[in-house]
Amino acid sequence: MSLPPEFRPADTGVIHDIGYRGYTGPRLGRGYAARSLFTQSLRAAYGLGRSGKSKVLPMLVLGVATVPALIIVAVAVVTGVDKLPVDYAQYLSAIGLVVSIFLASQAPVLFSRDLRHHTVPLYFSRPITRTDYVRAKFGAMACAQLLLMLAPLLVLYIGSLLVGLKFGDQTAHFFYGLTAAVLYALVPTSVAVVIAATTPRRGFGVAAIMGYLAVTTAVVGVVVGLATTTVGFDEPLPTYPQWAVLLSPGGLVESLTNELFDLGTGPERMHAPGGLGLLVFTLVAVAMVAGSYRLLLRRYRSI
Amino acid sequence: MNPTVARLTLRGLLGRRRGLLLLVVPVLLLLVSAFAAASSGNHHDLVVDILGKLGLGTLLPILGLVVGTGAIATEIDDGSIVYLLAKPLPRWKIITTKLTVAIGITWAFSAVPMLLSGLLMYGTKEGLALAYTAAALVAGAAYSALFLLLGVVTRHAVVAGLAYALVWESVIGNFVEGARKLSIQQWGMAVAESVAAEGSLTSVVSLGAAVVLLLVVAVAATVLASVKLAGLTLASEE
Repeated sequence: MSLPPEFRPADTGVIHDIGYRGYTGPRLGRGYAARSLFTQSLRAAYGLGRSGKSKVLPMLVLGVATVPALIIVAVAVVTGVDKLPVDYAQYLSAIGLVVSIFLASQAPVLFSRDLRHHTVPLYFSRPITRTDYVRAKFGAMACAQLLLMLAPLLVLYIGSLLVGLKFGDQTAHFFYGLTAAVLYALVPTSVAVVIAATTPRRGFGVAAIMGYLAVTTAVVGVVVGLATTTVGFDEPLPTYPQWAVLLSPGGLVESLTNELFDLGTGPERMHAPGGLGLLVFTLVAVAMVAGSYRLLLRRYRSI
Repeated sequence: MNPTVARLTLRGLLGRRRGLLLLVVPVLLLLVSAFAAASSGNHHDLVVDILGKLGLGTLLPILGLVVGTGAIATEIDDGSIVYLLAKPLPRWKIITTKLTVAIGITWAFSAVPMLLSGLLMYGTKEGLALAYTAAALVAGAAYSALFLLLGVVTRHAVVAGLAYALVWESVIGNFVEGARKLSIQQWGMAVAESVAAEGSLTSVVSLGAAVVLLLVVAVAATVLASVKLAGLTLASEE
């Protein structure tokens, strides 16, 4: 039991030198911190460095996106075709639902959890700035999406070269697919990321993103179908319903790349209507990405 | 049914601006059908497309998912369910109350606009509007029960529910005949088929099987959710 100070013997208090020294090594600085945040977020999007349970969904999605490409290549090797049954960009739109599910489930993982556990102020108490944070997180999500689509594209490309298809032709189409992948990784992602950053609740984020992507796709399908049923059998399809595609970010990218590289055939083909359409679609895509990025910056300005 | 729990659930689902967000679903459906009615009038295929594909196939599952998981999963997620569980209230009563509220909201936001947009596009011809409303009623109740169960069972309820509603019912159902038989959407369509005029709608499941399956799913999901909630452990987020 300790005595009040005035009754204590005066000479017992000793200050020990425990050898404390200030840090004199190199400071890695703001850029390093931002890069670390980027790599951490990219790994988190695939569940790397997190529990086994959180790896299940991203790895499952990666598998579902890649295995059909492997099967296509295997069939091509066995039967010896002179052309892959599916074009690179077409393959991407075919796995669009899977890519959307990945986006909807992982964007809240990157954004909502920081808000929910109030870790965002901790980041901002370090040298990292708000712009760095937004850039790192946005970049990580876009890269995660790009990697998801790059895997099957590479499988198809390498497979087609192994089969002995024409190198120049395949490379050109691979490049088209790559452009589409970059656009898919930017346009839908930017909108999803803004939705994810508005809610601290992961569940709401997932449902809101998927709801937005699925509902806009369904609405576009119905509106385009609507115009088709009003036209007689022999008449050519009008192009004006194609403008409805502007509502859906995934459809926008598909239409844009189809028109840009003259891909796809048949009456179901989605395409930007003409030169004006190409211009407007490009502008809308750019506006979506830039606007979302601005909104995201504004969202984090007052945290 | 406990009025306090019901009030709290209702506020959790519709309070703040969430009610407005949910309102997007009926507004969208009404807008599309108004547009359709104005541009091309009476087309049987059009009504089937809009009410069947957009309404019953996309909007209803997503609404059921948001409402069903939002009724309980958000509370489990942020841990505030313990205050409710600590009250001297049987756990099954919490489930049934929340389920009642969830079904009520799903009906209000899906079945009512379905009826309105059906009448708007097609009038009372062939009983299509009424048929799709009936489908929305039964399917909405089943979706609510199923997604409420998912909310109690797993922390990834929304993703699991999406996987069921979009991947299983839409994508796999399009390719695999058998998968179509095990889908709430098709069971709802069987009910719609029996309500609508002869031969105007088709479904892959017979009415008897659909009714039995709907009842089994709804009751089993509710019972299972009650049992799971009775032994709930609150796990932290990984």
